[in-house]
Amino acid sequence: MSDTWTLYGVTFKSRLLIGSALYPSPQVMSDAIAASGAEIITVGLRRQSPEEAGGQSLWTHIKKLNKTLLPNTAGCHSVKEAVTLAQMSREMFETDWIKLEVIGDDYNLQPDPIATVEAAEKLTGLGFKVFPYCTDDLVICQRLRDVGCEVLMPWGSPIGTGRGLMNPYNLQTIRERIPDMPLIVDAGIGKPSHAVMALELGYDGILLNTAVAQANEPVRMAEAFRHALLAGRSACLAGAMPERQTASPSTPTLGMPFWHQS
Amino acid sequence: MIDISVNNEPKCVEAEKPLAELLAEWGFECQRVAVAVNEDFVPRSSYGSVCLNAGDRIDVVAPVQGG
Repeated sequence: MSDTWTLYGVTFKSRLLIGSALYPSPQVMSDAIAASGAEIITVGLRRQSPEEAGGQSLWTHIKKLNKTLLPNTAGCHSVKEAVTLAQMSREMFETDWIKLEVIGDDYNLQPDPIATVEAAEKLTGLGFKVFPYCTDDLVICQRLRDVGCEVLMPWGSPIGTGRGLMNPYNLQTIRERIPDMPLIVDAGIGKPSHAVMALELGYDGILLNTAVAQANEPVRMAEAFRHALLAGRSACLAGAMPERQTASPSTPTLGMPFWHQS
Repeated sequence: MIDISVNNEPKCVEAEKPLAELLAEWGFECQRVAVAVNEDFVPRSSYGSVCLNAGDRIDVVAPVQGG
């Protein structure tokens, strides 16, 4: 029985979205992406000088991987910057998909929630399929849904920190109050156990980059995440036992030897 | 001639030249790039018709790795 999910009408088997940055080499990037099983890769756009021509070789390399591309608006600090970069990305990468990032603080790189909602509304109006990177704020998530986002991507913790899920209560609340939309934990994932936890909470997918690219062995870590996502998803479908306050023995108490009526 | 900036570098260009010619002069003609002028997107289909004004800020971008 195969377990799939759908993002803006496209069905996927892997629940991992993976970044293309920070790998020790292009070959390690390719090998890690293959080992992860990810079907969606994030990419970006930056200024290019004619001598560099780096964009060309990266484009060729990325195309060879034959994955679905999700361009990002990383580094944008305003609605205008994000909308313009999204339009440039749409032309460059030939996709309506855009990972929307509008940064509010340069220290924790958190999304600017107000600008993100405004940009999401503009971009949806321009025909984009928006994947908004947002804080774990229920109301902001609801506003993003209301302006047309059909996927939400609340953070686990700040980008690149590897701290995992800072606020499982908030993430769980978002899942419970927005039950009918794909939810992806994006940012701050550090270990496969974080991915398992997110999927056990009922989240549909994970987006990560640093956790794999900056592991000691990126390819092995990519494979670990592949297993983690399978485990987390199966656990969610299997339905975990309820938590108890007091202990409850597994082995029957009846027939316990050495016990005597005193 | 007018003063503009390209990727935050000052340049001096002929006022009436369309963007397509300028991009070729700057060495971008065989490269896959995207362009914005004064933070507004300029589609590729307009490169032949868009001309620049003094003080314009041009951004020329290409694919990079990203998370």
